[in-house]
Amino acid sequence: MAPSRYRIGWRRRETADTVTVGLDPVDEALAVFEPGQFAMLYAFGVGEVPISVSASRGGTQLVHTIRDVGAVSHALCAAPEGEVLGVRGPFGTTWSAAGVDVSDLVLVAGGVGLAPLRPVVHQVLGDRHRFGRVSLLLGARSPDLLLYTDELVEWSKFVDVQVTVDHATASWSGNVGVVTELLPRARFDPAATLALVCGPEVMMRFAARALLAAGVAPGRIRVSLERNMKCAYGHCGHCQLAHEFVCKDGAVFPYDRVRPLLEVKEL
Amino acid sequence: MEDLAKLLQELPFFAGMSSGDVDEVVSCATTMSFPAGLHLFHEGEPADRFYVVREGRVALEIYVPSKGALSLDSVEPGEIVGLSWLFSPHRWQMDARAVTDLRVVAIDGDCLRNKCDANPRFGYDLMQRLSRVAQQRMHSARLRLLDLYGRAGSDVR
Repeated sequence: MAPSRYRIGWRRRETADTVTVGLDPVDEALAVFEPGQFAMLYAFGVGEVPISVSASRGGTQLVHTIRDVGAVSHALCAAPEGEVLGVRGPFGTTWSAAGVDVSDLVLVAGGVGLAPLRPVVHQVLGDRHRFGRVSLLLGARSPDLLLYTDELVEWSKFVDVQVTVDHATASWSGNVGVVTELLPRARFDPAATLALVCGPEVMMRFAARALLAAGVAPGRIRVSLERNMKCAYGHCGHCQLAHEFVCKDGAVFPYDRVRPLLEVKEL
Repeated sequence: MEDLAKLLQELPFFAGMSSGDVDEVVSCATTMSFPAGLHLFHEGEPADRFYVVREGRVALEIYVPSKGALSLDSVEPGEIVGLSWLFSPHRWQMDARAVTDLRVVAIDGDCLRNKCDANPRFGYDLMQRLSRVAQQRMHSARLRLLDLYGRAGSDVR
């Protein structure tokens, strides 16, 4: 699949190293991206990286939140409005509730891991009556690195939003600690809960354990894995995790499916 | 007057403790309130008690020259503030500040240590509960030492 051209319609700086961009199609628009899916964004002349969709707005505009962590993401973060990027996608699996009855939702996000979960929040807010209790538990390194701070205030009117940071100065009046410490404060029925977890893999491992300890069955937990994705078709093998291709079989997996793999250090 | 025994039994820290043991704790306990901004204690002061938070939030802080007070942890309702009362030299190792208006149960350290000495079964139960708090905080501190949200150094989603 050749990249389709998309133009940066707007960009917003979220934190010192993270921006959100809205991309409008120059060529024919790609198929609709579902929450959890990702695009391969191509900074021409630099390279291509996988970036999840970070909003569900309808229409043809794609919204991605990008953290500047390497050469390609740096180029994407630095690209001005009006610049044309290459886009392939949609790729990967969605935050699916397939196979489980869901009333309550627990979203656990760490750092920029909130970005792939943001479309889920948008969908929940658009159809709030379909769900029972909804908790968003968010961890970040420090208060200045929190994403979507304006939206967090708005979301908290409709769902339980709890935020914690690793480090803070005395001006921060919120929680300090790891995100798993927020879980006992969330109210949910484990037997009717779907838990969606996105963040650094170590964080997800401990979050999944905390969810299990709270009585949530492994089949009711979804994790979004990060690996070195290149082709996004499951051909090149760069993202292979044992028999799973993270780009094609994931990036969102049911925890019971990948739990044994995550416990093997060498994978 | 509030029923302190009932109040303590409703807090997770004391969950499952026998009513007789809760009465032992109650005999060392009193309720207190702190307005937002006031310190429960400061680093270096005698650690003569610990607190169980009923309402509000406490920040555990350490003062760093040129940086000011840095928040190392926060304590929420149902959780406890202070372990230094257990160990010699019984001095607080950091500051504790009421972030919001605060209601706590304050438990006298001398009183409770004497009861632990007199009743090792009670003491063992209490030490298990306190050790769990210490273990959880150590685990939290270790995870944060990993700086999980730091820069990965490569282009990953």
